[in-house]
Amino acid sequence: MTPFTTLTAVAAPLNPGALADNVDTDAIIPSREMKSTGRTGLAEGLFAPWRYVPTDDGTRLPNPDFVLNLPEYAGARIIAGGHNFGCGSSREHAVWALAEYGIRAVIAPAFAPIFAANCIRNGLLPVVLPRGAVEALAGREVTIDLATQTVTCGDATYGFAIDAEPKEMLLEGLDAIDLTLKSQDSIGAWTAADRAARPWIYL
Amino acid sequence: MSTAPRTLFAKIWDAHVTATTAAGADLVAIDRVFLHERTGASALKSMAASGRPVIDPARVFAVMDHIVDTRPGRGDQTLMQGGQGFITETRAAALAAGITLFDVTDADQGITHVVSPELGIVLPGCTLVAPDSHTCTQGALGALAWGIGSSEAEHAMATGVLRLMRPKTMRVTFTGTLPKGVTAKDMALTLLARHGAGGGAGHAVEFAGPAVEALDIEARMTLCNMATEFAAMAGFVAPDAKTYAYLAGRRYAPAAFDAPYWADLKTDDGAVFDAEIVIDASEIRPMVTWGTSPEHAVPVGAAVPQGPQRAHDYIGLEPGATMAGTPIDVAFIGSCTNARLSDLRRAADILRGRHIAPSIKTALVVPGSMAVKRAAEGEGLDKVFEAAGFEWRMSGCSLCFFAGGESFPAGSRTISSTNRNFEGRQGPGIRTHIASPEVVAASAVMGAITDPRDLMAEAAQ
Repeated sequence: MTPFTTLTAVAAPLNPGALADNVDTDAIIPSREMKSTGRTGLAEGLFAPWRYVPTDDGTRLPNPDFVLNLPEYAGARIIAGGHNFGCGSSREHAVWALAEYGIRAVIAPAFAPIFAANCIRNGLLPVVLPRGAVEALAGREVTIDLATQTVTCGDATYGFAIDAEPKEMLLEGLDAIDLTLKSQDSIGAWTAADRAARPWIYL
Repeated sequence: MSTAPRTLFAKIWDAHVTATTAAGADLVAIDRVFLHERTGASALKSMAASGRPVIDPARVFAVMDHIVDTRPGRGDQTLMQGGQGFITETRAAALAAGITLFDVTDADQGITHVVSPELGIVLPGCTLVAPDSHTCTQGALGALAWGIGSSEAEHAMATGVLRLMRPKTMRVTFTGTLPKGVTAKDMALTLLARHGAGGGAGHAVEFAGPAVEALDIEARMTLCNMATEFAAMAGFVAPDAKTYAYLAGRRYAPAAFDAPYWADLKTDDGAVFDAEIVIDASEIRPMVTWGTSPEHAVPVGAAVPQGPQRAHDYIGLEPGATMAGTPIDVAFIGSCTNARLSDLRRAADILRGRHIAPSIKTALVVPGSMAVKRAAEGEGLDKVFEAAGFEWRMSGCSLCFFAGGESFPAGSRTISSTNRNFEGRQGPGIRTHIASPEVVAASAVMGAITDPRDLMAEAAQ
């Protein structure tokens, strides 16, 4: 996994509606855009309902009004969003699509829990800041520094909270499974004891 | 030795912590993993590619539910372009991994969160995860069950644990008694309307109180189902005599629930939660959503409130409009929220001797599992639905979301017993109103959003 240390980029405010609340994973990538059982080929479907307009011949064209289609946000790497970002379906495809498109961080007042966990596992940083701060930095160039847990925008610096474990996973680019397999012996011992205590669990 | 009073959540969590990392994450043992064809093949294929085996395949299950066809005589073909690949690849990956698969034509096929309780796979006090957000449904059995991503599913299958930060706890207490015609769905929508779609963020939510205890197990599943719409990590109800009676004799359940373990699965008196919400169930009315988030819910008899302009524009209803009487095009009874036998019985009670309005273009019932379908047919419910003008289908997730299969012209308005009313959830431009099966049935009869109690009163006269 690609480590996340620092990132300087423009924070694209997610249209439609600056900082729309409850942006759901169906909007980030609709089910119909998940065309294979793989984890790639998803960037084209990112924000499909908002990013494209359908044409009469069944194809689609870029929606000139959608934020990621505006020249100033071409190649966006950071998204600024509203409350409860990433709610809805657990589909990790939402994060895979963001990552494949080039997004490395999302800044929002709150994230849906499954989406935030999926971000960590894929090297994306979910940054939680108060709504006022997100609004202040939306559309501007910001520098995110994970080690110091700060977002700097012009003269303003905002601190953000992140749990120690996900921070370490992102900074080091760690693979969670590899890390956990180092505890295989203690997990095995726990399981052996549990097998005696709760035999009905083991089928 | 005296111990401080603990919540049910703390008891289940603590009993599953195998170790705590230096960074403060718990390695939490996972008792059961459930996969479906939409996300399961991804996880299994990725594991195989990394050379990581499933460490205990006997405790991993999979089912075909998300894009499987629901028309009679179905096979692997789906209306979704490329959908067949998800089914065949899941089948191959499940076989290779040695996990238990309930396949397309299997008698046990159905929606994950209907099948798992039906077969006694989920148990009180167990941890169960699935790469599906509605896994919280299964908390109704007193389990800690929650949705995860595909990478986390791989992690659970490869290691037997997940690395988790301990969530905060919340108790949502429903006092009093639900009025007649008001259901667990209305409880969930009332909670969302009052406390928001982000209201449960960071919390594991225990549903408690007399109105929750009064619910049967299937209704508790409906309530817990929408914990994810509340942004909660999980939703659950402490197991009681109803829970154990429900599980008795089910295929994967233990022969007896007589160990002291089971008796202790409850929140101790005096245990402290990080947050508490209390709702008087007697105040709850049949609910319906007006907008594009499940928090956009109001009583059927109420007016549309002021919400985000984008939601009003999408749904085509302005503030002040009355929900009751809004014409609908499509009626759908199905999903992991509301497609169990009790749901179908209550909807059929309203439809018996009635017919859907001529303006309804499609009316569909999709049973939550093939077992539900057989049981409903045994009671003649299929005939009631068909006589009323509903199609009677095989089991699957069906119209709960649009993957490229069945849908309707943009702008169509559906009344749906499902859990999400997002923009485009049921297809591009489709306007979804979510409600209980009773509201769906009554609205189908009237051709417009209707309080089911209006028809219940009529039937009683």
